Amino acid sequence: MKYFVLACLCVVALGVLSLFVGVSDVTPMTLLDPATSAHAFEMLMVSRVPRTLALVLAGAALAVAGLIMQMLVRNRFVEPSTAGTVESASLGLLVVMLLAPGLPVILKMLVAAAFALAGTAVFLGILRRVPLRSEFIVPLIGLMLGGVIEAGTNFVAFRHDLLQSLNAYMIGDFSAILRGRYELLWISFGLTCVAYVAADRFTVAGLGQDFTTNLGLDYRKVMAFGMVIVSLVTATVVVTCGVIPFLGLVVPNIIRLVIGDNLRRTLPWVALLGAALVISCDILARLVIAPYEIPIGTIMGVIGSGLFLYFLLRRRGYGE
Amino acid sequence: MIEVSNVTKSYGGSDVVRGVTSSLPASGVTSIIGPNGAGKSTFLSMISRLLPMSSGQVTVDGMDILTADGDAMAKKLSILRQDNHLTARLTVRDLVAFGRYPHSKGRPTSDDLAHVERSISYLGLADLTHRFLDELSGGQRQRAFIAMVLCQDTKYVLLDEPLNNLDMKHAVAMMQLFRRAADELSKSVVLVLHDINFASCYSDLIIAMRDGQLIRQGTPAEIVTGANIHEIFDLEARVETVDGRSIVHFYL
Amino acid sequence: MGNDTKRIWTPALALTLLAGLACLSVALFMTVGVKGNWGFILPFRGLKIATMALVGYAIAVSTVLFHTITGNRILTPSIMGFDALFILIQTSIAFFFGATFLTGLPPSGLFLVQTAAMTVFAGLLFSWLFRGGVRELHLMLLSGIIFGLLFRSLSSFLRRVIDPDEFLILQDTLFASFNRANPELLSVAATLVLLVSLAAWRMRNVFDVMALGRETAINLGVNHRRMVTLTLAMVTILVSVSTALVGPVTFFGLLVANLAYMLVPSHRHILILPGAAFLAITCLVGGQLFLERVLAYDSALSIVIEFAGGIVFIMMIVMRGAR
Repeated sequence: MKYFVLACLCVVALGVLSLFVGVSDVTPMTLLDPATSAHAFEMLMVSRVPRTLALVLAGAALAVAGLIMQMLVRNRFVEPSTAGTVESASLGLLVVMLLAPGLPVILKMLVAAAFALAGTAVFLGILRRVPLRSEFIVPLIGLMLGGVIEAGTNFVAFRHDLLQSLNAYMIGDFSAILRGRYELLWISFGLTCVAYVAADRFTVAGLGQDFTTNLGLDYRKVMAFGMVIVSLVTATVVVTCGVIPFLGLVVPNIIRLVIGDNLRRTLPWVALLGAALVISCDILARLVIAPYEIPIGTIMGVIGSGLFLYFLLRRRGYGE
Repeated sequence: MIEVSNVTKSYGGSDVVRGVTSSLPASGVTSIIGPNGAGKSTFLSMISRLLPMSSGQVTVDGMDILTADGDAMAKKLSILRQDNHLTARLTVRDLVAFGRYPHSKGRPTSDDLAHVERSISYLGLADLTHRFLDELSGGQRQRAFIAMVLCQDTKYVLLDEPLNNLDMKHAVAMMQLFRRAADELSKSVVLVLHDINFASCYSDLIIAMRDGQLIRQGTPAEIVTGANIHEIFDLEARVETVDGRSIVHFYL
Repeated sequence: MGNDTKRIWTPALALTLLAGLACLSVALFMTVGVKGNWGFILPFRGLKIATMALVGYAIAVSTVLFHTITGNRILTPSIMGFDALFILIQTSIAFFFGATFLTGLPPSGLFLVQTAAMTVFAGLLFSWLFRGGVRELHLMLLSGIIFGLLFRSLSSFLRRVIDPDEFLILQDTLFASFNRANPELLSVAATLVLLVSLAAWRMRNVFDVMALGRETAINLGVNHRRMVTLTLAMVTILVSVSTALVGPVTFFGLLVANLAYMLVPSHRHILILPGAAFLAITCLVGGQLFLERVLAYDSALSIVIEFAGGIVFIMMIVMRGAR
């Protein structure tokens, strides 16, 4: 508990730091100086605070979504971007762009979520047909399925000259987050809380169908419930700030190394570390080539795949 | 002669084979026996250059196994491990013909082809020559691999559990074939065997291993005794002599 | 049982048909929809065809050889991230030496430097990864894919960090496509491919032995380690050539190599390698022709390959598991 409070304070500190990093001049000094305070305060409320909140919400929700998925699929290497979920959500977005570009953002999100759910269902359907001799088959199939869906999406986008606008969604980027453009993420925050309440169910489902039935739970219902949460979270994040690859994979795996697998205990930690990682990456994204920014999706791509490789090859004694 | 001096293999600090010194004769049938995990297969892999040793040295007719030219060694010594899987789809004949590769480098002469035919008929594969390996039973495939190794026509033939997958009839035929190769062609056949009675009846020399070490070496009559069996396998057994051969009864 | 059909469908017949198909698609590509000036069209389309043929050949040969040394038929150089590594090396060179330095070099010299760097890095990385052979195929596949993603993310990171104006200059000199073939680069690439092919021709029988697996190959007197290193170097050069000319095409090698194993009834590389190359040329040229002339889409071929290849890949994994 003591450590948890300490970790919370670290995230708050990162959040405060994030408030003061950026092109326009927002610092504690300019906020206090009467000559500049009005403008600085305006910047703070319109841009910096929403951005920081968005980072926290998206980071925590994505990490938790990854954790739930890993429990339910019973595989350490699964998360929305290694299961076809993210790519399906993008396909949903493309369909909206083509058929009903004027739809309000919440409906766009729901369409994307429906696609994400369908894509995840296809993924689970394929898994049921494969004898899972190796834990590596699961993410392998997920990544390939994602690749196929992405290729299909790209082809349609290419035909309708939408590749550019689609790519904006494919690489996570918080630079366009302003007041009024991130509030959707509160939904994923709500979903994260729901996931916490239902944590025990997911832990039980993670032990397998027979075990779940034995304890009197409906395995299919828990499974469906979990996947709906994952799809909704994925869709809200993709619609608001784009894809942040591997976040849901690396965060739970780091936590697992330290505290193990009981969701009730690990879930808050996963949420916290997810938020911390995303804020840190975003601060980095704003600093590396300031005054320009690097999309956070690119930075997470490097860090995420690097850590993914570490988790893959760690036990084989490579690098000794 | 294969001279093995003080050979050790260790993985991450633990020795799988520890300080084995021995010499394997230039002709005859030698069987290596021992319980699971005794290091038999590791030992065989080291004396056949498939696995480099952690320390020690192996020479074959005076040539160091690790530094000798691989091609020259392939004409002197052949090795077949257990569990041979192929991705390429080969017929029995294709596979056996590969045994001539060290001699012909992929351009078989009529002499090479004669060798191939002879090996195929020795192992009773004549009816299967054009079948693909993945269409065969485990025992038939095992015989095809052994035919390839024999086709290589080397002085030393090393086989890791060659009786795997074979039924009783083919196992006996296989041991008789090794016996003939040793007696008529004066080859040296070195086998890892699990069935101690096969080792007892067909070998000239038995090497017993346990916990990575060589603990006994001698003729079947010397090695196959109740006391030795107990020491090697940790198993009570009665040894009887039938027609001059020591036979072990386990079912006491 | 199937002995009769096997005798009719001989390797010679298969190769003849595949060669015929390749020639047919090339001929069609050169002639379909030609209006007017041959003097303009011939060199223009000829260059495009030469690029596609060279790339198809390089991808097919590198994939089959890679399958041979790794002892499986799913892992391919591009799935293992080879072409992503090449792009990363291109970008890193640009990043560390700057565009002005690079544009001063002739493209062929630059390409040779990149290929050399690629051979060294790929050699180090993959001999480390394949140390002790491919025991856990699925782990290898997954690590390869993730290495590919890592290389891709690193390149796009570097590209972001490079000054945007400078990057535009780089993009022009560094990245080509089927539609923007570079004659000078093409001739250097063709020379490299020719050299590799000569080496492969000399090693043709050894490849057959290598396909039997490490232990059998050593037993038959092949210096396995040396052969793997040599073959990996050849594969790397071929991948560099194809990536430099048209960029990464992830699943193409997997498709043509496995089609070749199905269609050419032999285990001998001397027959499979040309078969795979003919197939690759047919698919690239025919596919481009179909997309360009029939569907009127210009550069979507790689997207289509990605789509079909991904599906085939999933099926192969599912079927392998079912066996």
